[in-house]
Amino acid sequence: MSATDTPVSLPTPDTAQRSPWGEVLHSLLRSPTFLTGLGILLFWVICALLGEHFVPYDPLDADIINTLAPPSTEHWFGTDQLGRDVFSRVIVGSRDILTVAPLATILATIAGTALGLVIGYFRGIVDDIVSRVLEAFMAIPVVIIALLAIVALGTSKITVIVVIGLSFAPIIARTVRSAVLAERELDYVAAAKLRHEGALHTMFVEILPNVIPPILVETTVRLGYAIFAVATLSFMGFGIQPPSPDWGLSISSNYGMIGGGFWWTVLFDALAIASLVIGVNLVADGMHGAFND
Amino acid sequence: MTEPRQAANALELKDLSVAYRVGRRNRAVLRNVNLTIKAGEAYGLVGESGCGKSTVALSVVRYLPRNGSITGGSIALDGKDVMKLDSEALRRARADSVSMVYQDPGKALNPSLRIGRQLTEIFELAGISGQAAEDKALAMLNRVRISDPASVMQRYPHQLSGGMQQRVAIAMALANDPSMLILDEPTTGLDATVEAEVLDLIGQLRRELSASILFISHNLAVVSNMCDRVGVLYAGMLVEEGSTRQVFNDPRHPYTVALLRCLPRGGQRKDQGRLDTIPGFLPGIGADIVGCAFADRCALATERCRAEPPPLYDLGDGRLSRCHYHDHAQSLPRATPAEIAVAQPKQAPPVLQVEGLNKTYASHGRPLRAVKDVSVSLRPGETLGLVGESGSGKTTFARLLLGLVAPDDGGSIELEGKKLAPRLASRSEDQVKAVQIVFQNPDSALNRSHLIRHILSRALKRLGGLSGKTLDTRLEELVRSVRLTDRHLAVKPRQLSGGLKQRVAIARAFAGDPRIVVCDEPTSALDVSVQAAILNLLADLQTRQDVSYIFISHDLGVVRYLSDKIAVLYLGRIMEFGPSEAVFSGPHHPYTEALLSAVPKLDRTEGSRIRLDGEIPSAANPPTGCVFHTRCPRKIGAICETQEPELSEAEPGHTIRCHIPYAELARLQKPKVVEPA
Repeated sequence: MSATDTPVSLPTPDTAQRSPWGEVLHSLLRSPTFLTGLGILLFWVICALLGEHFVPYDPLDADIINTLAPPSTEHWFGTDQLGRDVFSRVIVGSRDILTVAPLATILATIAGTALGLVIGYFRGIVDDIVSRVLEAFMAIPVVIIALLAIVALGTSKITVIVVIGLSFAPIIARTVRSAVLAERELDYVAAAKLRHEGALHTMFVEILPNVIPPILVETTVRLGYAIFAVATLSFMGFGIQPPSPDWGLSISSNYGMIGGGFWWTVLFDALAIASLVIGVNLVADGMHGAFND
Repeated sequence: MTEPRQAANALELKDLSVAYRVGRRNRAVLRNVNLTIKAGEAYGLVGESGCGKSTVALSVVRYLPRNGSITGGSIALDGKDVMKLDSEALRRARADSVSMVYQDPGKALNPSLRIGRQLTEIFELAGISGQAAEDKALAMLNRVRISDPASVMQRYPHQLSGGMQQRVAIAMALANDPSMLILDEPTTGLDATVEAEVLDLIGQLRRELSASILFISHNLAVVSNMCDRVGVLYAGMLVEEGSTRQVFNDPRHPYTVALLRCLPRGGQRKDQGRLDTIPGFLPGIGADIVGCAFADRCALATERCRAEPPPLYDLGDGRLSRCHYHDHAQSLPRATPAEIAVAQPKQAPPVLQVEGLNKTYASHGRPLRAVKDVSVSLRPGETLGLVGESGSGKTTFARLLLGLVAPDDGGSIELEGKKLAPRLASRSEDQVKAVQIVFQNPDSALNRSHLIRHILSRALKRLGGLSGKTLDTRLEELVRSVRLTDRHLAVKPRQLSGGLKQRVAIARAFAGDPRIVVCDEPTSALDVSVQAAILNLLADLQTRQDVSYIFISHDLGVVRYLSDKIAVLYLGRIMEFGPSEAVFSGPHHPYTEALLSAVPKLDRTEGSRIRLDGEIPSAANPPTGCVFHTRCPRKIGAICETQEPELSEAEPGHTIRCHIPYAELARLQKPKVVEPA
């Protein structure tokens, strides 16, 4: 610096200013939608983690003389055909679905993000081919894929996670791709090229952090669908296996009895699934709003 | 200018205060603004971004954003108190008496409606329908001098150029014959030639219509050409007001004085001294201001200024200044010393030699020649200015140099005597770091997820090949060379102001000791005071590192300040190339001549302006012969339409692509200064 230079006075960076993530958090905590959803979700997570310690009965304990008892002060949600307490089963039944669905979603997010980054970044022929394959894949119903996988791999939680994870990955890939398409036109990507950065660095270090918000929203939406998918597979007998008190499984083994007036054996499990899906979707809506404010 | 009629004031703001609610606190944006616009008068409001100009406009039509509220004072339109109007009366007032024209006409027009439909809608609202409304719409388009209005009626907004869109927006604003027309940066974002046309139009309409005008702009020169009176806004306060001539020629507030000094004026060049800057920053929105709002940045400020808020002193003759020392505001010392040691470009071999560079894109199956047969050379420490309207190929040329886009076969680019591969991927590490760029928009150029420290360290690692301790030392040097401090390393781009972000971008370009830095409109997104500081910085860095610049800008004053050589581009072709002074002082190519005369000047010496008619032709379908003949005011005849002129040497090193011989151009352009309008 030559001697004639006078230092230009500069402002102190405004520390009171929130970071973008701080701002998102701030608006999330003021969003009734998000807070309601989070409340429902937290309730079920606590049930899954600690439920067995506070439920009145062991959910697997059969009581042959007290089968199909209607809701009462003793059995709040009644008992099923083996005399098991429905209330305890519903509370503890959240455990399997809340393990399998999130793991499947995480798998879908990781695979989908990587795929989306690659096709969005390279575009051209890579995009054309991979996108068509993904679309073809998305056209096949999850149940069919699950059937094929179960025939090949046998039923297990891992199979369910892999099947749902891989069948949701293309959907996440599409979301990531469109976010990357907008991002790659920005000058910082050109600046990275002008440093001879490799494609991997540009995709994962430069672009990825900027497409996190849409990925988070999409992941949460997918979690809702994954819960639904797990319940469906369990209901059909391809998912979680007995004697788990899983909701889908319980509905499947009890729904024949609705005709006999034993509605309580099915209704509370169905409500549990619905409330969890709604809770997750409320969280997703709240996040979408916060990121797009 | 027309004599203002004696009638009620068109607009009267009394002690207007506006606040925006941010984080549960009301933050003052306008503080007791008093302002009167007489009927038929054009009033200019100037100031840097963030000083509250647009808030004034939005308050007048009560159209503030949801978190904004008027916290005090009154607004009277044509003598009616806007604050007291109920929603129906407010709607009527907006429909009948006020109109607004915004900066971006592309966003102001409905993209899915034909122009004719959008225009007739206004008349239908007023109760005129069918053929009558259509006739009126056509008359409006005629009035804003759109060529072939009948066909424009049938088109969609995206089928019109920016200048045409703005004409349509003005036509819509005038359709209801408003008594008050608010123009919020109406020409920002338009090319200089188009800007000149739009300003001419507004000037002519003023004479035809009775509307009063509130003209908001950051461009002092534009305001000085358009307005009778001008108000200078600073931190939400009116700091100076008076007739345009008085304020710009004899400013009485240090802020106005400083603002005017930031502009490169009267053909100032980098070797004639630095531009002055304004130290410090605008007080934040809602800051508590004890004394004078400008005191922290003012070299004249005393204890009195910091303690006692200055009133608006009445200086007589309609002049107001909010400064205790208004009588010697002009003695404001410079914030940046003028002396500058500019290394004279040496007679060294050229650092860059471009020969016959071409780039053809395919556009709907047709070839589009974005850059055609461009040859330039540049020596170390020199700046090549690229000028031309948008679509002239400036940015494509820069991208070819950088290797971001590969040129057509043929042509060559040589860097320090060695051939540069057309594609970036096949260039050597040394060549990659030798050619870098400062982008126009730092928000897009800096990764918003990364800390400044990461951005610069990564550049030093990749371009400088440094690591560990040496990297840290060099990082510190680099940061200091663009006059940032350590503090700025620990933040993300969005926590910095536009000028600071651009310094980071400059530091990044200089990380690998480049030979050539492309500056693509590096200051066009910045305020004038910040622009001056960035231009000074670029000039300093050039002196110290002997780096060459390719400087792209639509602001000819800025280009002239920094450039040693100028290339004027039109439809991808070089129309004129030569030493900066020769190109600017002339005789020059008719296109250069038109570009220069389109520039609004602060000192209102309106000579005979040259106006270019019509649109820039499409590069996919360029005119035959000389590509400029369709708009050329000096076209000599059939030869211009059939034969493309060669770039011929006018003087040593100064070439012009024109059929008119150089001596003839000199004769034609000489008497321009004395000829009356």
